[in-house]
Amino acid sequence: MSQPLIEIKDLSAGINGKQILKGINLTVRPGEVHAIMGPNGSGKSTLGYVLAGRKGYDVTGGSVTYDGKDLIALPPEDRAREGLFLAFQYPVEIPGVNNTYFLRAAYNELRKHRKQEEVDAVDFLAIVKEKMKLLELPDSMMKRAVNEGFSGGEKKRNEIFQMAVLDPKLAVLDETDSGLDIDALRIVAEGVNKLKRPDNAAIVITHYQRLLNYIVPDFVHVLFDGRLIKSGGKELALELEEKGYDWLIGKHAK
Amino acid sequence: MTTTKSKLAEESATHLAACEAFAASATGPEWLRTLRRNGVTHFTELGFPTTKFEDWIYCNVAPLTKLAFKPATSADAGVTAEQLAPFAFPGWTGSRLVFVNGHFAPALSTLPAPQKGVTITSLAAALASGDKLVEAQLAHHASVDGSGFSALNTAFIADGAFIALAPNAVAAEPVHLLFISAPGDTANTAQPRNLIVAGANSSAKVVEHYVSLGGAAHFTNAITEIIVGEGAHIEHAKFQEENLEAFHIATVQATLARDSRFLSHSISTGARLARHNIHLVMTGQGVDCVMNGLYAVGGKQLVDHHTVADHTVPHCNSHEFYHGILGGSSRGVFNGKIYVRKDAQKTDAKQTSRNFLLTDTATVNAKPQLEILADDVKCTHGATVGQLNDEALFYCRTRGIAEVNARRLLTHAFASEIVNRITVEPVREHLEQVLWARLEELIEKK
Repeated sequence: MSQPLIEIKDLSAGINGKQILKGINLTVRPGEVHAIMGPNGSGKSTLGYVLAGRKGYDVTGGSVTYDGKDLIALPPEDRAREGLFLAFQYPVEIPGVNNTYFLRAAYNELRKHRKQEEVDAVDFLAIVKEKMKLLELPDSMMKRAVNEGFSGGEKKRNEIFQMAVLDPKLAVLDETDSGLDIDALRIVAEGVNKLKRPDNAAIVITHYQRLLNYIVPDFVHVLFDGRLIKSGGKELALELEEKGYDWLIGKHAK
Repeated sequence: MTTTKSKLAEESATHLAACEAFAASATGPEWLRTLRRNGVTHFTELGFPTTKFEDWIYCNVAPLTKLAFKPATSADAGVTAEQLAPFAFPGWTGSRLVFVNGHFAPALSTLPAPQKGVTITSLAAALASGDKLVEAQLAHHASVDGSGFSALNTAFIADGAFIALAPNAVAAEPVHLLFISAPGDTANTAQPRNLIVAGANSSAKVVEHYVSLGGAAHFTNAITEIIVGEGAHIEHAKFQEENLEAFHIATVQATLARDSRFLSHSISTGARLARHNIHLVMTGQGVDCVMNGLYAVGGKQLVDHHTVADHTVPHCNSHEFYHGILGGSSRGVFNGKIYVRKDAQKTDAKQTSRNFLLTDTATVNAKPQLEILADDVKCTHGATVGQLNDEALFYCRTRGIAEVNARRLLTHAFASEIVNRITVEPVREHLEQVLWARLEELIEKK
């Protein structure tokens, strides 16, 4: 079995002194897709933010080893440069910053980190064009400011587009399916599938089973009250779809 | 009361004496001499505003009144073409009218190629030629008693820019008006008076650009009147980058006729004290106007914008966007008045004022003031004062952009939102260069 890409051990974390994650254990290896499902308020988005390093989300116990490094010790930008990518549930609007300019700045940060030469605007455009086709993005979106005035679906597509360009080792998709109509969902999921390779991995955080019809996970975990209370194969997602969370939560509460 | 009055009189005594001397000796037609005398009278009554005046609460001009008053009477200050190089817009091939201490300097200027229906010259030349349009419009829009400063400017009317567009005339290229202050022994005060008269369906873009040579204190007291005729379209950009000892007081007064469009920009980075009054009056239906502004200041600078959108008739739109970036112990003031008069139904007025404080010692007073007397209108306003958006900062960092660069990126972006509304590319480029340098200074010094 290959080396784990990320190994989360007994991870506890909270915000403003309130404990939200209460001992998460999860190992993801290259080539794997893990789905994390759970009802609202179970800690799904907190997990995404803790992995990405958001200020105010304090790790109170456990460890996260990413690609052999102590992830928690790294500032958010270094995590990104090491190949970790968080697709936001609510992507942030940045008026005044051109979408292409922003993405090239990010892309070049990653290249600098790998001691590669930065790419100029012309070469970057060629890279971008190819990925745009993959996600069926209109040219106009690249001329606009980052996420400004984008529809919900456009914002999500833009996240996956950024992911396609930045080519992370580990992508964490935080409810990328929420707020998407079925066509947008299909485009986003196909994008994710096309980017899948034996040397990268994804953690797909979702509330609904629906997304997993398109992105087929290798493992499904149920997060409840800050813990992963059940893990299984893709069939677990179907079981959840059919029975809801209550049967599991009921058992857990006892 | 008597003490206040006499103190006021004492402070403005030298100014008043200079006014009287100028008004008595300056030549010109009778109407102009009357106008100047009118200015003197009002200045005598008003003197300089104090912080007791509602519109001047946050703008203390006392240091300015203590500056020796040496009004310039000519462009003669030994300025050379080489000294103007830093103020050229990149790739600019158009005309440029240069005013030294408020007076037209033909030797330093490049006039545009003659164009039918388009007059671009100095006010002094227009006055000398007896242009009837000047008599009909000059000082008919900006009130002489708006403040002691407008009275003072009126008392000294002599020169400035004069632009007149005949009906349907479209100026072939944007006009760069460069106002350069070169303070010296004999002159440290410039009082340009500009007049832009756009006939029906005409169009032009005008850039008013204020700069200094050297770092000595000086005083600019400018008034620009703009008359936008029916269906005409004027873009007016004012950029003030004077030295950090300068006092800059300026008014832009625009009268907007039916179906006209007016785009106003005010970008202010310089001066120790800068006060900008921008006053738009919509006199005909269907006007569409925008007030777009940006100030980026640091140290002990004070920058004050007082804007007015006066809706006197129905069906007009006024949209206002002001951004401030403040470092050091600087102070910003934004006061935006929107008047919707009784008959001005279907008014669409929008105002936003957003401010970034880079330090704990910078302050902003932002005050929207709406007076709405019509009942079927759409008026919105919002003022924010704060730090950079943490969420946007985090978003940038998750994409690999280091925190310091993310701060820089977001601060620049905040400025770009305003600069990008300017449609003249070389001006945008110049502004970006000056602003970026200024922002770097502000970010580093914070």
